[in-house]
Amino acid sequence: MHPAFSVILFTTSSGAGYGLLALMGIFGAAGILPQDRWFGLSGLFIALGLVTIGLLSSTFHLGHPERAWRAISQWRSSWLSREGVLAIVTFIPAGLLGIGWVFLETTTGFWGVMGIVGALLAMLTVIATAMIYRSLKTIHQWANCWTLPGYLTLSIMTGALLLSALLMIFDEHARAVHGMVIFAVVLAWIVKYVYWRFIATSKSLATPSSAIAVDGAEITPLDPPHNSANYLMKEMGFIVARKHADKLRFISYATLFAMPLALSLMAYLSSGAMGTISAVVAVISAIVGVAVERWLFFAEAKHTVNLYYGATSV
Amino acid sequence: MTSLPQATNKKLGLVIDLDTCVGCHACATNCKEWNTGGHMAPLTDQNPYGKKPDGVWFNRVHSFEVKRGKTNPGLTVNFPRSCLHCENAACVTVCPTGASYKRAEDGIVLVNTDKCIGCKLCSWACPYGAREFDEDEGVMKKCTLCIDRIYNKTLEPEDRQPACVLTCPAGARHFGDLSDPDSNVSKLVAERAGRPLMPELGYKPTNSYLPPRARRVEAANIGAEKQLEAVSPRKGFLSWIDNTLSR
Repeated sequence: MHPAFSVILFTTSSGAGYGLLALMGIFGAAGILPQDRWFGLSGLFIALGLVTIGLLSSTFHLGHPERAWRAISQWRSSWLSREGVLAIVTFIPAGLLGIGWVFLETTTGFWGVMGIVGALLAMLTVIATAMIYRSLKTIHQWANCWTLPGYLTLSIMTGALLLSALLMIFDEHARAVHGMVIFAVVLAWIVKYVYWRFIATSKSLATPSSAIAVDGAEITPLDPPHNSANYLMKEMGFIVARKHADKLRFISYATLFAMPLALSLMAYLSSGAMGTISAVVAVISAIVGVAVERWLFFAEAKHTVNLYYGATSV
Repeated sequence: MTSLPQATNKKLGLVIDLDTCVGCHACATNCKEWNTGGHMAPLTDQNPYGKKPDGVWFNRVHSFEVKRGKTNPGLTVNFPRSCLHCENAACVTVCPTGASYKRAEDGIVLVNTDKCIGCKLCSWACPYGAREFDEDEGVMKKCTLCIDRIYNKTLEPEDRQPACVLTCPAGARHFGDLSDPDSNVSKLVAERAGRPLMPELGYKPTNSYLPPRARRVEAANIGAEKQLEAVSPRKGFLSWIDNTLSR
C-alpha cells in the first residue's frame, strides 16, 4: 500500500498524543504526577497538540477535506467513523482534566475521574485507528491479531517516553513512570518482533487461481489491461520500501526500540542533566523509529489486487 | 446508512464466460464511453494524450497465461475485472460518510459522490480493485451496473442491459437476477459451474465467472504420418558426395 505521508504523520502523532494523554490521566488520577499547573499545561498541550496535528493531517489526503465532518456519521458500521467520533469525544474529559490541573492544580477526585475517562477514550481511539486496518481482509499484513497490539503498545510506548522526558525536564522523579517506560518499550518490541515474524511466515488465503476463478499451477500476466500505471497500481502496488524492508526494519529496531531502551535505562539510573538528555534523546530516536515503522506497516502491506498485476501471493 | 441491507429483493449482476471472452476490450471501452456521460459522469482522465495516460475505468481486461501441469494444456485466459456487487460489500461498511451504499431493491452498490470525502478507504476494502479514484473530482467512482440503462424506459427493452453486456461481440457477458434460480444467468452458473472470485475472503460476490471448458489433450487422428523425415539423395552427384563424405 502507498504510504501516504499524511496518514503516517496522523497515526504516529495521534498515537503518541493519545498515549501521553492516557498516561497523564491515569498517573494523574493516581496522584503520582506533580499537580503543578505548568507541568499539567505542558503535558496536556503536547498530548492534545500531537492529537490535533494528527487529526488535521489526516484530512489533508482527502479528496474533499471540507466534507470531513460527514465522516462522523457512520459509526454503526465504519471504524474510520468510530475513530472520528471517539477522537472528538476524547477532547471533553481531556479538557476537563486540563481545567482541574491548570486552574485548580488538582488531578484527583472529579478531575481524576475525568483523567481516567479520558485515558479510556484515548485508548479506544487508538483501538479504532488500529481496527481500520485490522478489519481489511484484503490485506493479510493488516488483518491479523498483531495489528491492534502493535498500535496500542506503540501508542503507550511513545506516550510514556514523552511523559518520562517531560518529568525529567521538570526535574521530577516519578520512578514508577520511568520504570514503566522500560516495560512499555520491551513490550512494544516483542509485539513488533512477533508481527514481523508473522507477516514473514504467512500469507493471504487468496491466490492467483482464486482471483481469476481458473485453476492453474502457474498464472502469469500475458497482456496488461492498460499501458501505464493506474490508480490501483499507484495506491496498492507500492514496492519501494518493500525492496529495502530488511534495512528499514533494522533501522526501526535500532531507533524505535534499542536506543530508547538503553537511553531510558540511563535516565532511570541517572539524574540531573544526564537523565534529562537521555530521556529527550530517547524521544527523538523513537520519533524517527516510529515513522520508519509506520512507513513499513504501509509499504509491506500487500493488497489482494496485486494478484491481478503479477503477484504470486499476497 | 452504510450498514448493509438485511436482504435484497434481487441480486442483479453479471455472469462472465472466461471460455468465450476473446480479450478485445470492447466491454471496457464501451463502459468508459457510456459511463462518462452516465450516472457517475464524468470518468476523468489524466494526461489522456500524453505518454502515460491514466484515468477512471470501471472495467479492466487482463490476459493471463495459465500453466496447468504436464497433462493439461496451458490456457490463455482473458479476464474482465469489474465490480462484483458483493453481498458482503466491505466497501460499503467501511465508508465513514454514508456515500457508499448497497440498494435493498436490487443489490447494486453505488457511490453518492456528493457525500464522498475521497478518503479512499473503500478502494482499500475492495479485494477486486473495482473502485477507482477520480483525481480531478476528488471522489471515488465505481461501476453502477449501468443503472441508467437497465431501468431506462426511453430505451428499447432489449437495450436495457449494461453497456458491457450489449457490446460484447463474443457473447461472453450476461446480465440478470442471480437470486432467481430460473433466470438465464442462474442457469448458466448452474450448467457451467460458475465461480465467485476469492470466495475464501467471504465477500460473497454476486457476479460469477464461468471457467474455461475442458480442452482436448490429444489431437484428432486424421491419418497423417506421426513424424516426417528429411529426404536424402539416393543417386546422382549429391548422392556420390554424400557416400564419399560418409565413408
